[in-house]
Amino acid sequence: MSSVKAPSKAKSVSAQANFPKTELEKATIRFAGDSGDGMQLTGTQFSTTSVMAGNDVITFPDFPAEIRAPAGTLAGVSGFDLSISSSEIYTTADCLGVLVAMNPAALKANLIDLEKGGILIVNSDSFAKNDLLKAEYSENPLESGELSDYRVVQIPITKLTLKAVEETGLSFRDGARCKNFFALGVVKWLFVRSLEQTQVWIKDKFKNKPGIAKANELALQAGYNYAITIELFQERYHVSPAVLPSGEYRQITGNQALALGCVAASLRSGLSLLYSSYPITPASDILHDLAHYKNYGVKTIQAEDEIAAMSSTIGSAFGGVLAVTGTSGPGLDLKSEALGYAVMTELPVVVLNVQRGGPSTGLPTKAEQTDLLSALYGRHGESPVPVLAAATPGDCFFMVLEAFRIALKYMTPVIVLSDGGLANASEPWKIPDEDELPDLTQNFHTDPENFSAYNRNQKTLARNWAIPGTAGLEHRIGGLEKDFDTGEINYDPENHEKMVLLRDEKIRGIAKDLPPLEIIGEETNELLVVTWGSVFGPAFSAIKSLQAEGHQVSMLHLRHLYPFQENLGKILGNFNKVLVPEMNLGQLSRMLRAEFLVDAIPFSKLQGRPFLISEIRNQVLELLGESGASSPCRDV
Amino acid sequence: MNIPVKPLSSVALTKADFVSKQTVRWCPGCGDYSILANIQKVLPELNIPKEDIVFVSGIGCSSRFPYYMDTYGMHTLHGRAPAFATGLKVARPELSVWIVTGDGDGLSIGGNQLLHMLRRNLDVNVLLFNNRIYGLTKGQYSPTSEQGKVTKSTPFGSPDMPLNPMLFALSAGATFIARTFDVDTKGMQEIFKEAAKHKGTSFVEIYQNCNIFNDGTFAAVKDRSVREDRILRLKHGEPFVFGKEQNKGIRLNGLKPEIVELGSGVNENELLKHDQFSSDSTLANLLSGFDYPEFPVPMGILRQVENSTYEEKIEQQIKTQIELKGVGNLTNLLRGGQVWTN
Repeated sequence: MSSVKAPSKAKSVSAQANFPKTELEKATIRFAGDSGDGMQLTGTQFSTTSVMAGNDVITFPDFPAEIRAPAGTLAGVSGFDLSISSSEIYTTADCLGVLVAMNPAALKANLIDLEKGGILIVNSDSFAKNDLLKAEYSENPLESGELSDYRVVQIPITKLTLKAVEETGLSFRDGARCKNFFALGVVKWLFVRSLEQTQVWIKDKFKNKPGIAKANELALQAGYNYAITIELFQERYHVSPAVLPSGEYRQITGNQALALGCVAASLRSGLSLLYSSYPITPASDILHDLAHYKNYGVKTIQAEDEIAAMSSTIGSAFGGVLAVTGTSGPGLDLKSEALGYAVMTELPVVVLNVQRGGPSTGLPTKAEQTDLLSALYGRHGESPVPVLAAATPGDCFFMVLEAFRIALKYMTPVIVLSDGGLANASEPWKIPDEDELPDLTQNFHTDPENFSAYNRNQKTLARNWAIPGTAGLEHRIGGLEKDFDTGEINYDPENHEKMVLLRDEKIRGIAKDLPPLEIIGEETNELLVVTWGSVFGPAFSAIKSLQAEGHQVSMLHLRHLYPFQENLGKILGNFNKVLVPEMNLGQLSRMLRAEFLVDAIPFSKLQGRPFLISEIRNQVLELLGESGASSPCRDV
Repeated sequence: MNIPVKPLSSVALTKADFVSKQTVRWCPGCGDYSILANIQKVLPELNIPKEDIVFVSGIGCSSRFPYYMDTYGMHTLHGRAPAFATGLKVARPELSVWIVTGDGDGLSIGGNQLLHMLRRNLDVNVLLFNNRIYGLTKGQYSPTSEQGKVTKSTPFGSPDMPLNPMLFALSAGATFIARTFDVDTKGMQEIFKEAAKHKGTSFVEIYQNCNIFNDGTFAAVKDRSVREDRILRLKHGEPFVFGKEQNKGIRLNGLKPEIVELGSGVNENELLKHDQFSSDSTLANLLSGFDYPEFPVPMGILRQVENSTYEEKIEQQIKTQIELKGVGNLTNLLRGGQVWTN
């Protein structure tokens, strides 16, 4: 692209009408650029537009831990994937149909995921010698011929953006920052999407900065018009609305759903919510969200550290509110002593753990499922804690409600596992019917007659919850061992053993209160794929297509990791082989082996990103000894 | 601490109402007994229903305190009482919350929690039992032990510099700091009452004798025979005069305080006067730095200033947001953001 042409508005209408449109069942697009290029925003805008147009949409943001790594380097590349579909989807597709690369580093880091023949949109203004050097290119890939497998669309996005925003008088720097909206305009045209929703969003977002708002609008429109005028593409693509269950929908990320679940639990229990946490990636957004819900009576504390976050949460539970904290792996380690205290004092608290790559600081912005055993066993002493895991972004909402149901009914801390993938990924979420949410109404103990804080409900074994301010029920709790009958301090050896067994029995007993697991597919089969957490998405996609092709495979997804649902052992016995794909070295498979003596085969992935559908598909086919393996776009 | 607005029970409470059934298990002769007795003596006078009182402690000898009080209580984790209390007090601002901690619990393992609670000015009362030793772990030096202290873990003397609890609290932004000692029944009770009345964190250091592992650690200051010459009893508005004969005073020489003999050409007008309510912290800093043997040890309220509390700020934000947006309900909650119908 040698010359820069000003987009012509006059030509647009007729050009649009005459352009050929190809109908696609689904498409996957990645916006990639520097972490300061606004790619997350661009991706979010495109997904919102698609959702409003009725598509099923799954997004997967992938960004570095550094806020602004040196511009133009591979370390600073930030990407946002979205799959849009006319049928229900459960994960982003393995291969990209369209890649937008705002600089050479973004191209280099992401090209491997673009399918052969896919559309590659590049900002040709950012391919100067210095840009190529920073991305460690020895020659310009736009000229070397190495992109010949793709449909390359070079656009001088920076220059065109600056030209488009000229009338606003913005500085070069501020003007150039609008280039993500230019790119968005181009892609919107390509996929026959209206600009309206983004225009409305810009107006609202920058209502106090009219100059910036105007510039972004101009850039967006300019990108759209440019695609028409220059006839960048041979055709446009259309993805029809998906047929989703009827009802009201909104888009939701995993972290938003966790926050929403907390407030919903507060409203369903009649208890005010207190969320105390220390900022940690990728869980901080839960705190940010909840801090906005003050008119729901939500109290938030930004604690001085993870230990204080856990401790203040337990302190508030003693006071009788709905107590919850959130964290990620390193923070869960720091919370473990206080979690043990909550086990000993039998207080209802919920811990949201958004797992990331570990150990230590590890991969702060990436996803892993490596905290399962830590959640189960990461405390000294016999310290049983129920553990739940969410399957999808929207499922995070329901898992929080389930966690509070268990915590309140059984007087116990509960851990909910999410991960860095679910945290930021979004999907259309069917707004649940309010009446279908669990009733969490709580009755505090108020009767002083023969009161002991450690008197128990004989069915659930939950102790009495009596809160300060209740006359006649003054009592002390603490971390020292309790007398079985009175709840006073007791160091007696037999009493200790009795109490250890009691606490264990109480948590195991929760299994009786869980609905039976439902198998996806035949109840007796050659192979069972057992999943938990975010592996649900790619696994369900893979298994559904394998089942449609007639392969002998069923799937079971676990939301309750401790205690397990009662029919799990029986189900496992109905299969010759059990495969457990996990983003760890086989933590659930080890539990299944230990608990049920089955030869659960671990299938691990530890790259900080989700399984591809093809990875699970191929592993299943290999175990079945069948052909039909598909090749992924990327080497794994 | 604000007195909660609640109808009082018709029967006045007595000391016995605050004694729990738990047998007290401190070593015979421990300074903790006297502190416990004085708290139990003072509480009925505060007119707070006892069900609204919560004692929160960490780990250590002093932290067994809540078990002996017939109020609500939490014996928590080592160093974390301020964090537990923060959650409790934010959840239930109307409660009267007391934290019992020690020099190890509060200033070593729990230094961070104490620091941030003081900074936030949570409306609670802190009783820091300072015996300059780890008692429950049987005799290691603590953050307030003097340098060179020979203990089980420092057979050749502690290399650590001690921490001054008053200066620590003051620099963390404490709005109420006071000091008393375990055998000063009258002084202790007065301070406890004032601490209870103060809105914000009331931080009270109590010199406490551990007769097993650090016997007589404060004897040079608080022994009856020498006490009046080695402590400075603080009274708001009064000049800094001390001594058995009330014949010594403290005045400023430039920026430096100095001890002077009264009578020999020096009169009380030249002396520093106590102003516990001063918004400027210079005097409180000066007083907090006084230590034996260079200066008499100040006993009483070193500083008491007004500021908003953490929990009232949180309550205020909720009130404001409800006024602005109305009380949130589930229907609106679930439909935040853009909603569409399929």
